[in-house]
Amino acid sequence: MLYTEIKNLVGKELMLELKQKYVLNGILLYLVSTVFVTYLAFENAITAETWNSLFWIILLFVAVNGISKSFLQESPARHLYYYTIASPQAIVLAKILYNLLLMVVLSLLAFGFFILLMGNHVVNIPLFVLTLLLGSLGIASVLTMVAAIASRASQNFSLMAILSFPIVLPLLATLMKISRSALDSTDWSGLSGLLVILLTINGAVIALAYLLFPYLWKD
Amino acid sequence: MVKRDWWKFLSGGLLMYAIVAGFIVEVPDTMIRETMRNLFFHVGMWFGMFAMLITGFIFSLRYLRKFDETEDIIAAEAVNVGLMFGFLGIFTGMIWANFTWGSPWVKDPKLNGAAVGLFIYLAYMILRGSIDDVHKRAKVGAVYNIFAFFLWIVFVLVLPRLAGESIHPGKDSPPVLPMHLEPSMRIVFYPAMFGWILLGFWIMNIRVRIHRLQSKMEL
Repeated sequence: MLYTEIKNLVGKELMLELKQKYVLNGILLYLVSTVFVTYLAFENAITAETWNSLFWIILLFVAVNGISKSFLQESPARHLYYYTIASPQAIVLAKILYNLLLMVVLSLLAFGFFILLMGNHVVNIPLFVLTLLLGSLGIASVLTMVAAIASRASQNFSLMAILSFPIVLPLLATLMKISRSALDSTDWSGLSGLLVILLTINGAVIALAYLLFPYLWKD
Repeated sequence: MVKRDWWKFLSGGLLMYAIVAGFIVEVPDTMIRETMRNLFFHVGMWFGMFAMLITGFIFSLRYLRKFDETEDIIAAEAVNVGLMFGFLGIFTGMIWANFTWGSPWVKDPKLNGAAVGLFIYLAYMILRGSIDDVHKRAKVGAVYNIFAFFLWIVFVLVLPRLAGESIHPGKDSPPVLPMHLEPSMRIVFYPAMFGWILLGFWIMNIRVRIHRLQSKMEL
């Protein structure tokens, strides 16, 4: 039951995105131009350290921009309609799944573009890609929840940025630490603690979203 | 009055004892000298903040169970007092850091955790301020508070320990400073901590009552 609901809702999100291509194109253009601007600004100052910091900061901004529309794109009346045909849990899990998809695409694109413009500083590519995937899941679930919270308040667009930056920091700090070691060496040792933390944050955020979203949903 | 408010007298007594004894008790002569006395005040702020934020978390949970408006007010005021303790904790820490490390702010996982905690809870206040409807504010605020508490705990308690490079004294930090408490300091330290926590509850209690009177006057 929950599974089919989620499947249909993710399908709906995808269809909506493909119908309004300008939204997706806008985010892609935002990503590309931000990377280009930093490339111009940091022309001769790209070390592994700055590469790592710039990558995650840009990804954070792109993610906040991409995900903030999650609950704003459709009208409240439409949300009321979804409420009558699907459970809130299915709705939030579908949103997280869809945003995960979006984040994976965006982060891989950002990675490719970084390599193209600023050179490849990543030594341990499998670890870096794993960090990207786990980070996409974490960022998608935290920001989906923040977008749901912000959508309930007025001036929700500026509120999204205010709420999401501090709250996403614990996750981002962990991600940056892991990816820095992917930039330094091919060594996987000593990372198990950080990876466990990352998985715990992801799992707990999704569990919290599952439990708390029904309260946000109902008026 | 004394029967019901005994804990307020206890708080006042404990703090008076802590302030007097805190300045005359023998402290071991280490490299940080007399600044060690800051322990009774700075760490007290930290304990107070923890007690208040945990109280806020618990009352947010309770609000979502029964939707009783007063529980939400208590949660919000607890966070308010927690923020006050947080700021005072940072200020008292800065004074001490200026003597010990030579600058009021150093880059350290524990200090960053404290700062991000303040950002997270300031965002909570902004979120509450941006919603006019009382019921909606209570509900959205409670959801955010529960969600934020978890991520804050990760940032403050888990990540600094994992980083292992903190120069801030405390549990499992490298023994840069001999921070094991002398028995003479213990008899001041524990009552002081208890007194600060009680003071937090006292302030929270007054704020909740002011809030209640104000909402009565508006009716």
